[in-house]
Amino acid sequence: MAAEPSRPDLLVLGAGPAGCHAAMTAAETGLETVLVDEQPEAGGQVYRAPVPTRIKADKAPDADQTAGDGLREALAASPVLSLFGATIWFAGPGPEIAVIAEGGSRRFRPKALVVAAGAFERNLPVPGWTLPGVIGLAASTILLKSQGVLPGRRTVIAGSGPLLYAAAVKLLERGGTVAAVIDSRTWRDWAGAMPAMAARPDLLRRGVGWMGRLRAAGVPVFRGAAVSEIAGSEAAEGVTVTRLDSAGRPRRDRHPQKITADSVALGHGLIPNTEITRLLGAAHHYDAETRSTVVTRDETLATTLAHVHAVGDGAVIRGAAVAEAEGRLAGLAVARDLGALGRDAFVERAQGLRAELRRSRRFGRAMARLMTPPDGLLETCRADTIVCRCEDVRRAEIDKALDDGAHDLNQLKSWTRCGMGPCQGRMCGDAVWRLMAQRDGPEAGRAGVEVGRTDADSRLAPWSAQVPIRPVPWDAVTGPFTYADIMADLPEPAPWDASVKASGAEAADA
Amino acid sequence: MPDSAADVAVIGGGILGCTTALHLARGGLRTVVVEAAGLCMGASSRNAGTLAIQYPRAELTPYAMKAWEMWRDAGSWLGRGVGYREIGGLVLAFTDAEAERLRQVAGARRDAGAPIEFLGANAARELEPGLTADVKLASYCAIDAYADSTIIGRVLRQALMEAGVDLRESHPVTRIDSHAGAYRVAAGTANILAKRLVLAGGTANGALGRLVGLDLPVGRRINQMIVTERLPPVVTRMLGVVSGRLSLKQKPNGTVLIGGGWTGVDGPTPGSFRADHRNFTGNLRLAGFAIPALRQARVVRSWFGVRDHYPDYMPTIGPLDANESLFIIASGVSGYTLGPYLGRLLAERITGGDPDLAGFRPSRWLGQGQTARDYLT
Repeated sequence: MAAEPSRPDLLVLGAGPAGCHAAMTAAETGLETVLVDEQPEAGGQVYRAPVPTRIKADKAPDADQTAGDGLREALAASPVLSLFGATIWFAGPGPEIAVIAEGGSRRFRPKALVVAAGAFERNLPVPGWTLPGVIGLAASTILLKSQGVLPGRRTVIAGSGPLLYAAAVKLLERGGTVAAVIDSRTWRDWAGAMPAMAARPDLLRRGVGWMGRLRAAGVPVFRGAAVSEIAGSEAAEGVTVTRLDSAGRPRRDRHPQKITADSVALGHGLIPNTEITRLLGAAHHYDAETRSTVVTRDETLATTLAHVHAVGDGAVIRGAAVAEAEGRLAGLAVARDLGALGRDAFVERAQGLRAELRRSRRFGRAMARLMTPPDGLLETCRADTIVCRCEDVRRAEIDKALDDGAHDLNQLKSWTRCGMGPCQGRMCGDAVWRLMAQRDGPEAGRAGVEVGRTDADSRLAPWSAQVPIRPVPWDAVTGPFTYADIMADLPEPAPWDASVKASGAEAADA
Repeated sequence: MPDSAADVAVIGGGILGCTTALHLARGGLRTVVVEAAGLCMGASSRNAGTLAIQYPRAELTPYAMKAWEMWRDAGSWLGRGVGYREIGGLVLAFTDAEAERLRQVAGARRDAGAPIEFLGANAARELEPGLTADVKLASYCAIDAYADSTIIGRVLRQALMEAGVDLRESHPVTRIDSHAGAYRVAAGTANILAKRLVLAGGTANGALGRLVGLDLPVGRRINQMIVTERLPPVVTRMLGVVSGRLSLKQKPNGTVLIGGGWTGVDGPTPGSFRADHRNFTGNLRLAGFAIPALRQARVVRSWFGVRDHYPDYMPTIGPLDANESLFIIASGVSGYTLGPYLGRLLAERITGGDPDLAGFRPSRWLGQGQTARDYLT
């Protein structure tokens, strides 16, 4: 028999800025709080901890690392019980959460749950994106932050929005060469975001500083442009840069430009990781602005499920500044809900946070819009371009299934195997959704927006979230057991087993 | 105004509904399939693809044999393959009590015509070297097979289009009444007029029945499937156990597919399902007990299909009214295996044939004096 689940007051999933602050805020009020994360240390992606032996001591820590060190120190000094290196693999009604840690599965049935699951990178497949030397923008940043490893000798950084510039500067700081920054967003897009960015002058200043740094280093920056092809036989050797029209489609009237590089970091912004909230059954809706499914929340960041809050980029992409304030607010709300904080005290403390959130969200929302690629960019994905790299499914196969009448995204997956591999569609889900939505035309796209992508009836509802959330070792899930244990847990036999014994009538159900 | 007029409207686009419609259309009837979502997106594709002659109960063995032929010969009547693979299947007993039960159960099915032989522990492990040393007895059926359940909707859709069937997907039925001597089916944005109606909605047959005044005892079960990462060969046959709670096979791509009817729970929206921790773990334990090498694998994904059944777990096929204008088709058990043949039988019945459906009469579920509302008189 499996061990009984532990029942802390609060379980927080994800130890980025949102999760850490939710956990620390709640724990300060006396709640027994457990914080779990897949990584060996707290910090999430933006405040990721370096692997000690890999980063030379003579490198001065950058702003993110300093902030991350502060966060890790505060967490260590807090009463929060941290469980790192724990893979969250199960989420079910209850809410019940199970993680793989130290080779075994541990179950939790907390009184309250805060989901701070962070984000995935959005990929748009282009010819050559599966070549060695091509890496996700976020992955390249992770390599730099945790290992101090450069993606190559000469790197093209391409995609959409502000993360490109942050990554390029980081690469320069670590001694890398940036061959070019290629941003699908135009000067006009950036100018339009300025008023909102002014809500956080500190962050705006930092961004302007990045641009200056790139200029000083002589890095060519293309705006309103995209990588339309990555060339190379064994590995990436260079990219083709194509100008985009106002809808984001490659312009045929302009000569594409070739740039030599041995590495390409590609990323079109971030998508909230909603797998856990979807598995738990919280309501979600479609956010047209960022082209993503987001969890539905009230003003205290509570989902539609009792005692389940969602915070940070895992709820909606708004960046680290918002994540921290959201974490605090949710921590306070949980403390109030569980009786550890009086209503008046909650109102008083929440008020200040809300004002801070308003400013930061204005900035974060502008950033999120800038990192959402224009729909026309899908034209850079050609018929023979691999869309699903786990199962090796090319665009032509997806188009053929759509021609054959694939009814919805889940059926498209069923017919093509697209999204069935170990990554579970995290890499290709957005692109496949775009291919289907585009095929349906703007009319259906609008309908999809109106009914919400997560409506089970919507043809554009995202692929169903499934357990295990990440591939898990069999042994770790089952633990040690005997045949008698299995028989004790056998589901109720179907009634025919009892009623028609004489003829021997059981059947495997599948 | 009707958007569509047909001889027969089949409500429900799973394997049963689609194969019924296909044979009706080929028999010359104007046929429409009305499906709430997409074809074969319920139990028909959300199963482990098992086509095991030795799984259905003995009364159904002859039907399973016929259905198996249809799956094997899918190319000839569907025009394309369904990923059929005849790898043979073992049903395992791990205790003396289970061995005795296996002799009884598999023996009855053998007597009913299934080509089953019994293997002792050594012979079983010779055939399948990866088996646990705890195996006591196995029944072996060399023609047990499986098909790729994920593509059945695509294959049936193409066949239905070629046969000229009017396909209405995303058309949930909300109302059934009469109009000008025919059934009028309100489904999504369409009104469909049809002289005859087939209820093939699987678990939705309860709700569909109520639309015509019938109280059908439709049960449901949420079945779990689990799949591993791609592995080197660990098992060559299809495996089951005497309790029925396991089906296991390794597919050509190396993934191992595990079913057996461990149940999930309902999700937040209709038609969505969730894993139950105990059953997820239990299903893996049983599979890992049978093939110990699996315990070194990684588990990648699970999914669920909801299956309907009736109190006696037998098919329910035939007319529900005296006029023979309203029909039902439901499989009871082994719907994937039996489906194509049952659909053909009902089509035969509707087009004037007289197949043996005596054991499947829907009238057994109709209470005293209960009949469908008589629309057509």
